[in-house]
Amino acid sequence: MFPADLLYTKDHEWIRAAADGTAVVGITHYAQEALGDVVFVDLPEVGAAIGQGEEFGTVESVKTVSELNLPAAGEVLAVNDTLADHPEAVNEDPYGAGWMVKIRLTGGLDGLLDPTAYAALVSAESH
Amino acid sequence: MSELMKTPLNVAHRALNAKMVDFGGWDMPVQYPAGILAEHEAVRTRAGLFDVSHMGEIRVKGPGALALIEHLTPNAVSQLVIGQIHYTAFLYENGTFVDDLLVYREGDEEFLLVVNAGNCDKDFAWVQTHAPAFDCTVVNESPATGQIALQGPRSLAILQPLTETPLEPIGYYFFTHGQVAGVPCLISRTGYTGEDGFELYCAAADAPKVWDAVMAAGTPHGLLPAGLGCRNTLRLECKMALYGHEIDDTIHALEAGLGWIVKLDKGSFIGRDALLAAKAAPAHRKLVGFKTLEKRDIARDHMPVVKDGATVGFVTSGAPSPTCGINLGLAYVPTDQAVLGGRIQIEIRGRAVEAEIIKTPFYKRQK
Repeated sequence: MFPADLLYTKDHEWIRAAADGTAVVGITHYAQEALGDVVFVDLPEVGAAIGQGEEFGTVESVKTVSELNLPAAGEVLAVNDTLADHPEAVNEDPYGAGWMVKIRLTGGLDGLLDPTAYAALVSAESH
Repeated sequence: MSELMKTPLNVAHRALNAKMVDFGGWDMPVQYPAGILAEHEAVRTRAGLFDVSHMGEIRVKGPGALALIEHLTPNAVSQLVIGQIHYTAFLYENGTFVDDLLVYREGDEEFLLVVNAGNCDKDFAWVQTHAPAFDCTVVNESPATGQIALQGPRSLAILQPLTETPLEPIGYYFFTHGQVAGVPCLISRTGYTGEDGFELYCAAADAPKVWDAVMAAGTPHGLLPAGLGCRNTLRLECKMALYGHEIDDTIHALEAGLGWIVKLDKGSFIGRDALLAAKAAPAHRKLVGFKTLEKRDIARDHMPVVKDGATVGFVTSGAPSPTCGINLGLAYVPTDQAVLGGRIQIEIRGRAVEAEIIKTPFYKRQK
């Protein structure tokens, strides 16, 4: 539920940073479960520069909508276009096929939660 | 926060791994593991089973029962035959809603009123306040009553083997009494989904037995347990009003498009004078159905309807429609904008988006 190679936000996004200064971002298993069936993901334009904690899109489920906030500052290199036709990938594979944006990091990864800290947060929120 | 109220099926929901939410003070399943879309589809194509035990039941009995309910509601209660049901409302003097409800005629002098969970205490107090002038007793049976809704085209096939009561002859909005899985039930051909189906009322303690029996009988037919999440999308597709959304104590019955439950010629009832006046004057707003034009634009409850930067109305309910595959909603708009095929604008997160007024109900089952 909390892959070890990711860092997490309090708002339930994850980020997987690579050695080349890029990173991939999505929402967590806990987030997709709370949203229920995802029907649309609104993603930014490629090339957009977005600050840490700023909104990069929205995710709509049948019953609600949630803002997506970028875990770390970056420039958008790619967005997951397959979500346009297959938004359910966010539910089915939130850490894989349900990824949302790939960015070039323009700032640090400070203020993020490691898997243990995020697991504790989820545990607290579920009770 | 105070302890959430639990229906007699709470243990069953948890055993099914339902996602539970606080629904007006009740601990209720919003969805089961299959999810809202799958549950919605099950109800439209096969069957779904809902726990609606949180709903309120108020029994009115005695020589003055009919007169009391005629006084409290706008629909013509005297027109109901024994075993018949109708949709109606409690209105304030100004024609706005205390609540909406179903009236079941149990006998010449006995009626069962089924009201919304969140309004039950208010409704019971409202009936009690007016009852002393009439010769009848008023009892809140809600805590002692379980209610289970079996909805969907397979409902009859699923339920019939569990009861000796012939179900096919029960017409839409009629009911009877019989045993289901050995449990005495009121069997009602009603629902809040737009599909054929039955609502079963029984003693609270017996509800798990009925639930388990229907689940077991329904599973081979593709029945799924169904939560409040799909209950909302199902009723929205059929333009069925929900208190706190399409109707409340600021909206009167005619604006809400519920003129068909208002029988102004039946004699006096609370709210009649206000509705007579409202009928004589031009309506300033109207409830309409709309679809947004872009897939990304999903209107949600309470979002403003705007024109030239000013708020002119509001969305009462909005969601992506699983059956229709478009983003639907209901909204109050100024009468001059309430034109079929016309465009309105809805403000979604600061952006005014285009929507088209379309025919309602959005979905109607093939009979």
